[in-house]
Amino acid sequence: MTAPAYNFAYLDEQTKRMIRRAILKAVAIPGYQVPFASREMPMPYGWGTGGVQVTAAVLGPDDILKVIDQGADDTTNAVSIRKFFIKTAGVRTTTETCEATVIQTRHRVPETPLSEKQILVFQVPIPEPLRFLEPRETETRRMHALADYGLMHVKLYEDIAHYGHIATAYAYPVKVDGRYVMDPSPTPKFDNPKMDGCAALQLFGAGREKRIYAVPPHTSVVSLDFDDHPFEPYRLDGACVLCGADDSYLDEVITDDRGARMFVCSDTDFCAGRRSAASSAEGLDAERRRD
Amino acid sequence: MLTAGFGNPVLSAQSTFRAILDAMARPGSVQPIGEAVEAPGPMSAGAAALALTLCDHDAPVWLDDGLRQHEAVSEWLRFHCGCPIASSKAEAAFAFISDPDALPSFDEFNLGTVDYPDRSTTVVMQVASFDVGPTLALAGPGIKARTAFRASPLPADMPERLAVNRRLFPRGVDLILVTANTVAALPRSIRLMERMECT
Repeated sequence: MTAPAYNFAYLDEQTKRMIRRAILKAVAIPGYQVPFASREMPMPYGWGTGGVQVTAAVLGPDDILKVIDQGADDTTNAVSIRKFFIKTAGVRTTTETCEATVIQTRHRVPETPLSEKQILVFQVPIPEPLRFLEPRETETRRMHALADYGLMHVKLYEDIAHYGHIATAYAYPVKVDGRYVMDPSPTPKFDNPKMDGCAALQLFGAGREKRIYAVPPHTSVVSLDFDDHPFEPYRLDGACVLCGADDSYLDEVITDDRGARMFVCSDTDFCAGRRSAASSAEGLDAERRRD
Repeated sequence: MLTAGFGNPVLSAQSTFRAILDAMARPGSVQPIGEAVEAPGPMSAGAAALALTLCDHDAPVWLDDGLRQHEAVSEWLRFHCGCPIASSKAEAAFAFISDPDALPSFDEFNLGTVDYPDRSTTVVMQVASFDVGPTLALAGPGIKARTAFRASPLPADMPERLAVNRRLFPRGVDLILVTANTVAALPRSIRLMERMECT
């Protein structure tokens, strides 16, 4: 038994057809969660089984795949999913955002603006934005059917009543094309504005919860808010110690047990790109000084 | 005599799906289908490639008169896709239309429910060309500002049908148009504009 026992991109063809039909309906009804027959994958739930199934259904041999976990290309989840597709589909992979045609992501949207040619696949743990407010699927389904989203506004209002501002920092609810309220997956709310009018197709896969949903390119994605408490993206007040960026989303790194800390870009490719651009500019300066 | 399906079922289905996905994600855009399929009877090569890509035992197919008359079409679909041939439009996951002038009213198909709008029929219509015919001005998800779309032949009351389909949102049918080697889509999310304006 040495012959490869898997189909291209792991999933069998019938499963791919089922997922592809669900993806097409998801694109036609932006923000609506399409139920699909999620398969067991060779990785545990919570490791992106939904995203992996969506990626496997769209991926072709000419695609260039990038996988990020919390913005980073080099963390366990990203590395293992990248290796999974190298092994099962033989596709080229990259860490460069601009070069990739399919980007699978856990909880971030890349800092570099995406293009028409790209597909962004999100790994989603809990696709239902109303789930923590209403545990019954029959009820949340009805609420979506009637576009009855009062409960979500009550939740945001209670945030204001308790804290004086909307304290929801991630999985901040959005309304897609003026109809469906959608969970943008647990991305920080800093990333919500990037989803609005994004040139790339955005697909969302939730493996355990068996849902696929989508935001087509150039579609309005509006974060819910109030006239007197408008939506504000949040980022830590600081600059990346590696590249100096003061506009990117930052990770806080604790450096000792006496409270010292530093900030670094969450998007490793964006940070590396800025550093190499800076060092080549410095090299140019040094050359000029020599001349 | 049964004609062949895809030469390479796995990769051809993938590339055809990406063309359909691009078409659905960017309504009105015309995407090339790279796979040549020897289609049965009056079925176009593009429609046949789409059937091979998306239809199977879970997706009942309805055929219009032009396609149903040819036994070869249902035989070919049953052999290659294993899909049931639906006797009523309301049961169909996919409806294949060979004669756009005889396109049945959308409300005869499954429009989905407000709880499950994804259960609606996808209507696959064979057209001759995307270069001629009356111009439709489209807006909505997937379209930056506006886009002009032409296809021929289309039923004369197509704009009214699409407008009604949009008013049903989130219910409604999704329309995929195919020629022999290109595909375009008019999903239920599109809005029909009065005219093209420079924006």
